[in-house]
Amino acid sequence: MKLHEYQAKELFRRHGVAVPAGGVAATVDEAVNVARSLAGYPLAIKAQVQAGGRGKGGGVRLVQNEEELRLAAGEMFGMRLVTAQSGPAGVTVGKVLVEQGSRIDRECYFALLVDRATASILIMASSRGGMEIEELARTEPGAVAMVRVNPLLGLRGYHLRELAAALDLPAEAAPALAPLVRSLYDLFVKHDCTLVEINPLVVTVDNRLVALDAKVEIDGNALFRQQELAALRDDSETDPLELAAKAAGLNYIKLSGGTVGTMVNGAGLAMASMDLIGQAGARPANFLDVGGGASATAIAAGLRILLSDPEVRLLFINIFGGILRCDLLARGLVAAAQEVAISVPVVVRLAGTNAEEGRRILAEAGLAWRPVTGLAEAVAQLEVTVGEER
Amino acid sequence: MSIWLDQNTRAVVQGLTGREGRFHAQRCRAYGTAIVAGVTPGKGGSSVDGVPVFDTVREAVAETSANASLIFVPPSFAADAILEAAENTLTLVVCITEGIPVHDMLRVKQYLAGRSTRLIGPNCPGIISPGIGKLGIMPGEIHRPGGPVGVVSRSGTLTYEVVAQLSSQGLGQTTCVGIGGDPVVGTSFIACLAAFEADPATQAVVMVGEIGGTAEEEAAAFIEEKMSKPVVAFIAGRTAPPGKRMGHAGAIVSHGLGTAGAKIDALRRHGVQVCEDLATIGRFCAEAFA
Repeated sequence: MKLHEYQAKELFRRHGVAVPAGGVAATVDEAVNVARSLAGYPLAIKAQVQAGGRGKGGGVRLVQNEEELRLAAGEMFGMRLVTAQSGPAGVTVGKVLVEQGSRIDRECYFALLVDRATASILIMASSRGGMEIEELARTEPGAVAMVRVNPLLGLRGYHLRELAAALDLPAEAAPALAPLVRSLYDLFVKHDCTLVEINPLVVTVDNRLVALDAKVEIDGNALFRQQELAALRDDSETDPLELAAKAAGLNYIKLSGGTVGTMVNGAGLAMASMDLIGQAGARPANFLDVGGGASATAIAAGLRILLSDPEVRLLFINIFGGILRCDLLARGLVAAAQEVAISVPVVVRLAGTNAEEGRRILAEAGLAWRPVTGLAEAVAQLEVTVGEER
Repeated sequence: MSIWLDQNTRAVVQGLTGREGRFHAQRCRAYGTAIVAGVTPGKGGSSVDGVPVFDTVREAVAETSANASLIFVPPSFAADAILEAAENTLTLVVCITEGIPVHDMLRVKQYLAGRSTRLIGPNCPGIISPGIGKLGIMPGEIHRPGGPVGVVSRSGTLTYEVVAQLSSQGLGQTTCVGIGGDPVVGTSFIACLAAFEADPATQAVVMVGEIGGTAEEEAAAFIEEKMSKPVVAFIAGRTAPPGKRMGHAGAIVSHGLGTAGAKIDALRRHGVQVCEDLATIGRFCAEAFA
């Protein structure tokens, strides 16, 4: 779960990590009020969207006076911000963060993340922060220090010394580094973070270390013990169909440009089924995993979600019955078909537990579906159906 | 022969009194696995379908000489359950639970380093040695006893698909291991491959991977350097767009690493045969292992 920048910075403040003075606003007047409470211009106005890459998309502006602030904020509210991570449709800006400008001496990069390969907490730091950090990491790997911390042992003195060497801070700013790293590490562990990224972490002209930006992601599996943070969730940038699926306990991801809706039990088989659609000369419209033990109700919900996608012209349902019995699935499909009008061809592949019974139920329901047994048969049937649709 | 799960495996089920625990424990027993005890704090002294339930793993082991565990407890208690099993020196621990916080798994994984406990999972279908026994939720009947193929996979139903096709080609399995789809799992592809290489009954291996992480790339190098037995690989997710999460927490494509294309290239570069068509993987293996 991603936090907004203003939420992440509030978390930073509570853990003693310095951030610029500022406040969040939802209207131009609110933005002006925040500005008046600060110690004068220049100020930064930053669109509060979760999609990264917003600086390059025009979501960050510097203003020198109230007139400029009103103009910039007015333009920013309601703007469709298209960034490298937002998708082509972009996201609408509803809130902005108004912040005191900082007098910057240097921009560094600092991040903590979970390193799956070594089961450790990976701290990355570079004395050369900014928007091109990924490019830097690719072309000059040595320019980004990587320090791995065993979570059972925690942060040790030598970790701090390695990071200090990498950041090579001015002597006056250096003493602030160890407390900063300790605070961020504690925050990372205490709040079940999967990512804390500060880009840039700046050294100000008066030698303070200030987090100019803040990206925080919380482990979705840990929200049961992070309820305060869970309450900050903002789903406004999530596809409405994805939200509906989630409410039904399904894992659904909309894929743009595809026309074949898919419903599969199990994430791996779902991805492999998308690949089979590709082999049949078409493109999947979505990923939908109904889970290993899906109920008839969940399956009906899945079918409704697929059919509410206007781009879907063909359905491919692929179920390998294990815990999920095919007869149960078939009953779910029949029930759903009675509720929603199915106007597109449906290729249904049932295998495993009670597959024959499932196919019999579908046949007896008199539905114009195309049940198949094997995957090769399914691909052949998809090819035929895709051809008919063209 | 088989790896890790054999005739001597005697398992406790942690979370036996729950709906899933009870259902799958029954099916494991029906498949011939010795399920000797259940563990549910607060329910000690009771029994489920004739299997005695204890409050702690310690008591269960003392009373029944169990040497393995199958875990179904909810995510918030799962890390504790794994550690409890490990502290009581159970040699095989299979954790089915999905949704364990990743910070819990970081600590568990570090704790297990250098210990004798083998953890499979979490968020996995488990392990089956066809004809011998199973600790997991996979349907037993699609498997074919007698070997000679070992199967290792990050997935659940995708593994069933592959196994069913192997069985229909007359290719039996020694052991099938679902290592789980989470970012941090107890057993890696490489650990499984090494065990299959050392198992005399296993003559060939099928490895089923998917996008995200670099476990398949690392396995590719291991196969070339350390394995004499033929390996066929399948990678799911060739049509998955970059940057999309695909259900398994581990299946995240980022920074050009971990894509299906990168994995397939790495496997081929290291001399591993890659099957690109799931619909024909059974036949592909029959030819590759002939």
